Amino acid sequence: MARKLPRKDVVIVGLGWTGSIMAYEIAGAGLDVVAIERGPWRNTATDFPPGYAADELRYRIRHELFLRPDQTTFTFRNKMSQTALPIRSWGAFMPPNGVGGGGVHWNAETWRFLPSDFVLRKHLTERYGANFLPEDMTIQDWGITYDELEPHYDRFEYLCGTSGQAGNVKGKIIEGGNPFEGPRSRPYPNPPQDQPFSPTLFAKAAHDLGYKPFPQPSGNMSRAYQNPLGVRLGPCTYCGFCEWFGCGNYSKASPQTTILPALIRKPNFSARDNSEVVRIDLDGTGKRATGVTFVDTDGNEWEQPADLVVLSAYTIFNVQLLLLSGIGKPYDAQANTGVIGRNFTHQTTSDVVSFFDPAKFVFNPFIASGAIGTCIDEFNGDNFDHGPHGFVGGGYMGQVQTNGRPIETTPVPPGTPLWGAQWKKAVKENYQSALKPGTGVHGSMYSYRDVYVDLDPTYKDRFGRPLARITMDFHDNEIKQNKFLTDKFAEIFQAMGARQVHKEYRKGPYDITKYQTTHLCGGAIMGTDPATSALNRYLQSWDVPNLFVLGASAFPQNAGYNPTGTVAALAYWAADAIHGKYLKNPGQLING
Amino acid sequence: MVRSELLALMVAALIASGGAAVSAGLQDFAAVERGRYLANAADCGSCHTVPGSGQRFAGGRPIETPFGVLVAPNITPDRETGIGAWSDEEFDAAVRHGIRRDGKRLYPAMPYPYFTRMSRQDVKDIRAYLSTVAPTHNAIASNRLPFPLNIRLMMAAWDKLYFAPGEFHANSSKSDEWNRGAYLVQGPGHCGACHTPKTLLGGDESSAPLQGYTLQGWVAPDITSGEGPLASWSTDDVAQYLKTGHNRFAAAAGLMGEVVDLSTSKLSDADVKAMATYLKDVSGPKAAADSSVDQKVLTAGGAIYQDLCSACHKSDGTGVPNLIPDLSHAATVDTGDPTTVLRVILQGAQSVATDREPTGPAMPAFGWQLNDAQVAAVASYIRNHWGKGPAVSEEQVKTERAALHARTN
Repeated sequence: MARKLPRKDVVIVGLGWTGSIMAYEIAGAGLDVVAIERGPWRNTATDFPPGYAADELRYRIRHELFLRPDQTTFTFRNKMSQTALPIRSWGAFMPPNGVGGGGVHWNAETWRFLPSDFVLRKHLTERYGANFLPEDMTIQDWGITYDELEPHYDRFEYLCGTSGQAGNVKGKIIEGGNPFEGPRSRPYPNPPQDQPFSPTLFAKAAHDLGYKPFPQPSGNMSRAYQNPLGVRLGPCTYCGFCEWFGCGNYSKASPQTTILPALIRKPNFSARDNSEVVRIDLDGTGKRATGVTFVDTDGNEWEQPADLVVLSAYTIFNVQLLLLSGIGKPYDAQANTGVIGRNFTHQTTSDVVSFFDPAKFVFNPFIASGAIGTCIDEFNGDNFDHGPHGFVGGGYMGQVQTNGRPIETTPVPPGTPLWGAQWKKAVKENYQSALKPGTGVHGSMYSYRDVYVDLDPTYKDRFGRPLARITMDFHDNEIKQNKFLTDKFAEIFQAMGARQVHKEYRKGPYDITKYQTTHLCGGAIMGTDPATSALNRYLQSWDVPNLFVLGASAFPQNAGYNPTGTVAALAYWAADAIHGKYLKNPGQLING
Repeated sequence: MVRSELLALMVAALIASGGAAVSAGLQDFAAVERGRYLANAADCGSCHTVPGSGQRFAGGRPIETPFGVLVAPNITPDRETGIGAWSDEEFDAAVRHGIRRDGKRLYPAMPYPYFTRMSRQDVKDIRAYLSTVAPTHNAIASNRLPFPLNIRLMMAAWDKLYFAPGEFHANSSKSDEWNRGAYLVQGPGHCGACHTPKTLLGGDESSAPLQGYTLQGWVAPDITSGEGPLASWSTDDVAQYLKTGHNRFAAAAGLMGEVVDLSTSKLSDADVKAMATYLKDVSGPKAAADSSVDQKVLTAGGAIYQDLCSACHKSDGTGVPNLIPDLSHAATVDTGDPTTVLRVILQGAQSVATDREPTGPAMPAFGWQLNDAQVAAVASYIRNHWGKGPAVSEEQVKTERAALHARTN
């Protein structure tokens, strides 16, 4: 029997980027807010100090910062006809855990989606006709436009101190930036990070091939910065321990370095760490959330009543919690009905490994940050004519020098023995002169009828609750897209003077064991029609109006960019709707 | 506690005290406000509150002195265990003259030698404010000093030596701002209580005001200007440090972090500027040059510095303004006593977060990673490479490590 805690105005489930943003915004409106976080509290100096933050074995190989699969996991299968099995060691993506969430261990690649990404089905149908899209592709429009989201992208970039070169300010194309980006209201708050040799060479080769290369927008600081909340970040040291790691010297934008110091000063905010929310509680009508129930580390159950519930956990756990709480109609792929779990997507990535003459090229791959590099955007979204190619979607591609860490950075030419003296010799010869971009081809993954999340019929967690089950595979459209993009990417490395270029195409079946990105999307998507979306355009549940669901779970499909910028912008957008609309008249904001 | 209950309690306390002991009542808003401000300036809450207890002014915090531990008493309006039954005269005698209600003498852990510079009205207003806080029943046994120090009569002789009663008198040759600053520093702010060197008997070394002292495991560095460590700090640098806990050179942590948190950050911009103006006019001796540090030690220390410290403090030690201290200008780094430097290296330090500077960056601990010789080398390097601070020996590190190990705070 759960013990009942005093009522709060708002309970937030998960204190990562979106939970922190929402907590700060709503606490600013004067409401009493409590955030409940499954993992521990984390601070820079005590949890990832420079003395051991750069420990590849501890953090990269042994997954120190992530959820432990024995606390909870999910099951996986490629096809609906298969039996899913539980995942016992993380592979394709890394479920975050703890205060700061994925914001602690991201690379800080801080992108905006293209204006056309938000009206994808309409845009592609108008340009290519409805028959151009595969029959089982379930892409949708978001119910929101880029222009509506622009001020919120801007707020996040200024919160983070994003380092970058604007390509389009209020419609004016700026030399050196990304000319394909949607118009931004003002430039980035900080100039781009300094570029090492290999991204500089990549930009030159790309330029010579007729592309318009630009520096990747980075949440790693090109200089010291104080954000609008008064919180300060220090300049990045280019140590190359970003993704999988916490930043030891206040240089990477994270909830810890941008928002939590200001948030914890608010007397109407409190947080409970090491507490796992097990369900969202509903009243007798099932149309109103009364709060949440969580379990502490003693195994005690607590009920936290609240007037407003904000769900802001990692994508798959948002979806699982909705399913377990009986909120919204579960998606049924056979019948093609229901909404919770549908339009689940990931990312279509690949890489090109190229080998240069060691006598002429010394790249120093260890001079790195999670988001230094140069990119091109010619093959993203619908920036190019897909007509001749028979697929839709695309991605950015770039020489992003994220690290030269010793355990993983062992590029050897194809044909080299996998171990032994010859392998060692090849590693030594090629460490300084081979390039394997930390981010290479970063393609979209569009949504399909047979890619989704539901509850596993067999496997349960320690509380006896069904695990989430992922059914996911690559479709021909993404395989074709990736082949096309990877070939284009490889041409640039040829032009840089590589003597050997090895393409690592993304091929099916989807492999759950090898890391791709942590960009799981969808499953509780936003939209305009309650029959095909879980949330309205304000990320408010169609079914339970005092529930808002934040995060990439709201993406109807994934674009060819890293999602965090859009995830955070949507959190600000939802906070604005709560602040400006919902609190004045609590209830469904859209007449469904 | 719900606010209405709190108010009821306060009213009850007032009724119980019959109003006789409290001349400035709750109605006297101006007196209560002024008293609150002065109580902040005097940092009463720091000693008289157990940190994190939520019982403001209820006493019970142990105060380390060179002679033993004293425990700060309860100064809430509780009649039995606090000061609710005291008259204004009795309160004034304690604060400004070190005389207890029973006529015995206080130990100067209560900084009455500084508070005596406040006016009678100042203290009356502080009393008015303290009368409005929630009364807490919390009996405190203050005196835990060993014999013969536990005999309070001895304090009469001490007072003869070190206590010069009397209100602050303005120096007419100086500006109003200077005089306001001098009053705050010498009076309620009692800066010298930590920053002025002490005699063997614990009295202020009156010939060396604000020239630095070590207490409770921290160095309160020399804060003189003129030729002292603050010579290169501007008035604005000093004011910014007091108000925000940070400036382009230094960050407040440890005891000073607490002072900024509870006291100086709550003062007006004009008042911290006034304190800075006065402090910039207090001259002190030039730091003793010491270039005799073993070059091998400096080489080793420099290598450790570049490996472990330079990511934040930069290769040249200058750090990042308002975030990471500048080791070539922070007053604690090359000061004679290495206690703070060693403590921060071994144990790390959490800097203060304030409304103006909410970041509160922290220095991680390196005691788990570096042995005594390595700590000595890197400490010698940062003290001697930019400044001319004396070297630190392996033995000093060993002693400090043991001292920190024994500490509970």
